[in-house]
Amino acid sequence: MKVKDIITALELKVFGGSQGLDREITGGYTSDLLSDVMGYAENGKIWITLQTHKNVIAIASLKELAAVILIKGNDPDTDMLAQAKEEGIPVLGTNEEAFEITGKLFNLLNR
Amino acid sequence: MNSYRADLHIHTVLSPCGSLDMSPAKIIEKAREKGLDIIGITDHNSTRHCKLISKLAATEGIFVLMGAEVTTREEVHCLSFFENDDQLTDFQAYLEAHLPPILNDTQKFGYQVVVDENEQIIDEIEFLLISALDQSIDQVEQKVHSLGGIFIPAHIDRPSYSITSQLGFIPAGLNIDAIEISASCKTETILPFITKQKGVTIIRNSDAHYEDQVGKVFTTFEMEHRSFAEVKMALHGMMGRKTSYT
Repeated sequence: MKVKDIITALELKVFGGSQGLDREITGGYTSDLLSDVMGYAENGKIWITLQTHKNVIAIASLKELAAVILIKGNDPDTDMLAQAKEEGIPVLGTNEEAFEITGKLFNLLNR
Repeated sequence: MNSYRADLHIHTVLSPCGSLDMSPAKIIEKAREKGLDIIGITDHNSTRHCKLISKLAATEGIFVLMGAEVTTREEVHCLSFFENDDQLTDFQAYLEAHLPPILNDTQKFGYQVVVDENEQIIDEIEFLLISALDQSIDQVEQKVHSLGGIFIPAHIDRPSYSITSQLGFIPAGLNIDAIEISASCKTETILPFITKQKGVTIIRNSDAHYEDQVGKVFTTFEMEHRSFAEVKMALHGMMGRKTSYT
C-alpha cells in the first residue's frame, strides 16, 4: 500500500511533501519521543506523533520513513513544513488521537 | 581572574517535587556549607522565589542567577536566567500566560508554595508547574533572548525531559548559551550530540530537589567578578573568561 492510498481511507489532510505520496508503506510507528523513533523506527513506516518540531522531518528522512501523521489537529511548525516539502516527506494530519488513528492504520495495513 | 564555584540548577519548595525543606534560608545555608559562590534558582516554570533568595543570599556573599527550569511544548527542560527584576517579572508573566490551567494534585505531585523570609507560606500555586508550556523550544529560546537572558538546555544526557530524548538531537539554528549535563553524566555519552555544536560550553549542576544535593556537583567560573554579564561572557569563553566542571 502506498501513502496516497491511506489518505482517503483515513480521511487525512495533506500539509505538504506530496512528492512522496507514492512511497510504499511497510507499517506504522507511534511515538512522541524523537530519540525513540531515531533508535527503533524502521524504514518505510508511517510515523504517528503529536510533535511538530522540524527535527521530526530530519529523523523521518534519516530513517527513510514513508510519511508522518500529526494527530489531534496539530499543525506542523512552519520550518517543519518547509523541510518536509524540501525533502519530499508527506506530512499528513488527523483530528483523531494516537490510539484511534493507530488502530485504523493497523487494520488497514493488516486486512 | 577569580575562580567561583557555581551550582546553577537548584529547585526550591515551590517546585512540587522539591523537598519542603528547600526554603530560601535552607538553600543559602547549604550553599554556604558547600562553598558555593553562585547559585541558580530554577523552579519548574516559575521564578517566584528568585527575588527573595537573591536578596537573602546577597547578605551571605552569594550571587544568585535568577531564572526557571522551563518545560517547552516538546517537554524539553531548559534553564533560563535573567539579569534584573524587570526582565524576571516580564518572563514570569510569559510563564503564567503559557502554562496550561491543569490543577495541581498535592497528594500526587506535592505542594507548590511561595514563602517569605520567615518561612511563612504567603501563596500556593494552583496550576501544576511541571506541565509543559504551550510554547515550542524555539519560541521559549527567542523569548529568553529577547529579554537578554541566558538559555541552556538542561541535563541533555537524561533519557527523559531532555533535548536529546525529546527531539533526538540538538536542532540546527537553536541559539543556546551552553548545555547542561547531569550529576551522573559521563562526558563521552554526550559527545555524539555536540559534534555540531562547535565549542559549546558544558556545565554541570546538581538539579537539587533535596538539601543534601545542593552543590554536590558544580561548575567553576573563571571571571573578573560575579555578575550576570560576566557569567554570560564565561559561558561564551569571551575575554579570557571560562568555565570548567569536574
